Amino acid sequence: MSNGKGAAAILALGIGALVLGIFTLSGDAIPSAARFFNVWNPTGPLSGVTGLTIIVWLIVWWLLARAWGTREVNLSRVNWAAGLMIVAGLLLTFPPVMDFLQGK
Amino acid sequence: MEITLHDAVTVLHGMGFGGLLLLTFSGAGFAIYSVAMSGSNWTPTEREGRFLGLYFSAMAGLAWLAVIAGAYLVYPWYRARPPAGTTDLSGYPQRLLMSNPMTAGWHDIGMEWKEHLAWFAPLCLTAVAYIFLAYRGQLRRHKGLREAAIALLALAFFATAVAGFFGAMLNKNAPVRGGRTIVLMAGEKS
Repeated sequence: MSNGKGAAAILALGIGALVLGIFTLSGDAIPSAARFFNVWNPTGPLSGVTGLTIIVWLIVWWLLARAWGTREVNLSRVNWAAGLMIVAGLLLTFPPVMDFLQGK
Repeated sequence: MEITLHDAVTVLHGMGFGGLLLLTFSGAGFAIYSVAMSGSNWTPTEREGRFLGLYFSAMAGLAWLAVIAGAYLVYPWYRARPPAGTTDLSGYPQRLLMSNPMTAGWHDIGMEWKEHLAWFAPLCLTAVAYIFLAYRGQLRRHKGLREAAIALLALAFFATAVAGFFGAMLNKNAPVRGGRTIVLMAGEKS
């Protein structure tokens, strides 16, 4: 069995993590983005940030799985790329980093 | 002995789903160490591989339940806005924390981080579960996938532990309470 399916899951997760970080920062820094992400008012922008992240993550995973399903890919590069995106996503959700990026 | 509905749901979210998830990490750590460490000779059979996949799927399920219950049941009660002129903020945890500089950080850093960081756990655990279910015994031949699974499991634990810690501290400083009162047991008058 090729490593393509597993690689697709890992890279999709990395992209999902980065998207979560970008959406989180956008919702915090840009009032119009916060309104856009406010899909369900009781939960506020968190509903759109996480809901849209899940949609992006699943679509990316599906596309990558289709493209790489039977292929052997360079997993080391995939792991590094996913790792960097996950670290970036983690940092972008950390409030002191968000405040620093917004000059607060 | 009584408990409010909001209390009960918060307990289910934190101690039910979140607490149980934290407990499952010990089993997951043992399993992934046994399968993935280079010095180990254990190659799971098809049946064992499927069991591990189901174990990680159950963990992912708990993580999804924890974040969904947190975001869509508990969080709206936490961030409820008091009517103008309200002086007793005990029913409005976010406002109660932010009204005091000594507790505001629990919201500004604790909740603001927890509400996003926690979502890393179900995402990571879903990927780990998929890898174990898809590859089962063949995982031994894919070093990169094993390494990724270990890293993702560690990240999921970190996200769960941080979210759990802040959840507990937030609820200690500003409990989410309210809703219907559920009487668990009637005590005797002393």
